[in-house]
Amino acid sequence: MPQEFRLILKYADEPGYTPDIECYLRHGGYESLRKALAIAPKTLPDGKVVGAPEQIRDDVKLSGLRGRGGAGFSCGLKWSFVDRRSGKPIYLICNADESEPGTFKDRQILHKDPHQMIEGMIISCFANDVKLAYIYIRGEFPEGARILNRALNEARAKNFLGKNILGSGYDLEIHVHRGAGAYICGEETGLIESLEGKRAYPRIKPPYFPAILGLYQCPTIVNNVETLCAVKHIVGMGGAEFAKLGTPNNTGTRIVSVSGHVRKPGYYEIEVGKATIGQLINDFAGGLREGRKLKAVIPGGSSAKVFKAGEKFKLKKKGPDGKDIEQEVDMLDLPYDFDSLMAAGSMSGSGALIIMDDSTDIVAALANLSEFYAHESCGQCTPCREGSLWMSKALHRMAHGEGRKQDADYLLKIADNIPGGRTICAFGEACSWPVQSFVGKFKDEFVARGEADEARRAAGATRPSHS
Amino acid sequence: MAFSVPANLEAEITELISHYPQKRSASLMILHAVQEHFGWISQEAVEWIAARLELQPINVYELVTFYPMFRREPAGKHVVKVCRTLSCALGGSHELHGHVCQKLGLDAHAHGLQTTADGKFSVEFVECLASCGTAPVMMCNEDFHQAVTAAKADEILGKCA
Ligand SMILES: Cc1cc2nc3c(=O)[nH]c(=O)nc-3n(C[C@H](O)[C@H](O)[C@H](O)COP(=O)(O)O)c2cc1C
Ligand code: SF4
Ligand code: FES
Repeated sequence: MPQEFRLILKYADEPGYTPDIECYLRHGGYESLRKALAIAPKTLPDGKVVGAPEQIRDDVKLSGLRGRGGAGFSCGLKWSFVDRRSGKPIYLICNADESEPGTFKDRQILHKDPHQMIEGMIISCFANDVKLAYIYIRGEFPEGARILNRALNEARAKNFLGKNILGSGYDLEIHVHRGAGAYICGEETGLIESLEGKRAYPRIKPPYFPAILGLYQCPTIVNNVETLCAVKHIVGMGGAEFAKLGTPNNTGTRIVSVSGHVRKPGYYEIEVGKATIGQLINDFAGGLREGRKLKAVIPGGSSAKVFKAGEKFKLKKKGPDGKDIEQEVDMLDLPYDFDSLMAAGSMSGSGALIIMDDSTDIVAALANLSEFYAHESCGQCTPCREGSLWMSKALHRMAHGEGRKQDADYLLKIADNIPGGRTICAFGEACSWPVQSFVGKFKDEFVARGEADEARRAAGATRPSHS
Repeated sequence: MAFSVPANLEAEITELISHYPQKRSASLMILHAVQEHFGWISQEAVEWIAARLELQPINVYELVTFYPMFRREPAGKHVVKVCRTLSCALGGSHELHGHVCQKLGLDAHAHGLQTTADGKFSVEFVECLASCGTAPVMMCNEDFHQAVTAAKADEILGKCA
């Protein structure tokens, strides 16, 4: 049976572990920062001198760390895109907006071990010559914001933050910025607009890649809470050691949020790819409730395409001779990592599994998600603003006994016309993927629902049976 | 009467503005501070904040209309937020929301924030609160409650004096 591997949440749930700095220091806190600041410049054979920040950036690249916020993009590569020649200040923003439905991992870190994230953030800022950084935390985390402010004050008092940090000559200030209830603030360019004091309207890319034209049109790094924690451990253990955790191209650990119809919903930290979806459901989350069968799994936060129980995928794997062999894999046997889930047509996104058993009304479940997206579209792009609303209205109608048999095709037609470069940001994809996958994979249920409603109306019945 | 803020709030606002290289960035944090103090964001507050940040009132007003947490009218003394989104819905949040509304004499099908006639409670159905593993969840003012049963909800509401 696979085990949890607690790296980031190593101490968080230990009895007596508190979020204050003294406790953190007793557990080796800020040692990685001391180590980072003490790295000596290295002279290469060609005489070029590589400073500590660049060495850390190289180590993060070597670690293979991929972003934990949603896209799974290489952290080292993202940092390498930062425009370091513009002469403008470089900013770093920690994305603590955690609003992808199904996800509740960053909350654990922020509440239980805020200094770990702050240490990772200070190291990341040092590595990227950042002098001013922000933590963008969602508005519904007032307690989280208070904990962070307290922690930042403690760090300032101990000179881990502020002027001339630990005598290194490096200055850094970090402030907490609260959002106010809009999901789109999690999208990095929407987040930047919001931090500038505007509506969180995502920016069009190109030209507004944060690494070049981000906050105040300056080069900017946006990283998720968990990603920044991983940086602390990369510096602590070395990038090569970190890369040994997990599986090739899917290194390190991941905190997986499991919710929905399981006996032990919760967060489980695993080495990436070292547990399958089935193991996460059955071994970690206690399996389904008595007498229930699995119906569907959303594998990476609400935006990820749903998997249907029993679905099989053909995946390429490296054989012992190094050649690719194709293997048929059941959905439950997919290793929980970035690449396998992508190969299976979905994504591990924010690392959140939502489990639905056979008691689930699949139409109502999709109606619920679509209402979320209709509510959260920022409204800049017509396909997204109108499409998300149309889908939600049609699904609301279906969930309340007013379905039509052509609704399934109608929904697919709308969903197919939103993504694919027609919108400014990836929310367009995020709102259409659930509809495409739910309706695509459970089409018979959607059609049957519409037909039953039509038959009932034709028979003169006015009260829907399932509203 | 002209809109004014007490000295401690004024000091907090000055501090917040100092956190940013550009004043405008402070607008969300100031809106939070003002709403915490007055309970809502009035037109006078919008104009006052705009003047303080050297912006046009529309620059502040458009934030109040965009961000769901800002209110343009006073809310009840206690604000209850029940999570509406999928994991909580699978865990019974619609039943919880219905129960809370019924108990307080509110309409479970109404959209947006609703307030009881005596002004004591406001109830709102909100999107995912990032605690999906302990569904259904609700917030009462700034306090967070997990795995809320009807009985637990009654207890939480009962504690609100
Ligand atoms: C609609 C939308 C919502 C997002 N919400 C979040 C979020 O709540 N938290 C987060 O860390 N990233 C979120 N992201 C991803 C961010 O845009 C960004 O990629 C991420 O913060 C980068 O950090 P990472 O590289 O460390 O993962 C969202 C993206 C989109 C398109
Ligand atoms: S895709 Fe949707 S959320 Fe993104 S910018 Fe366009 S309207 Fe806004
Ligand atoms: S769905 Fe309710 S907290 Fe996430």
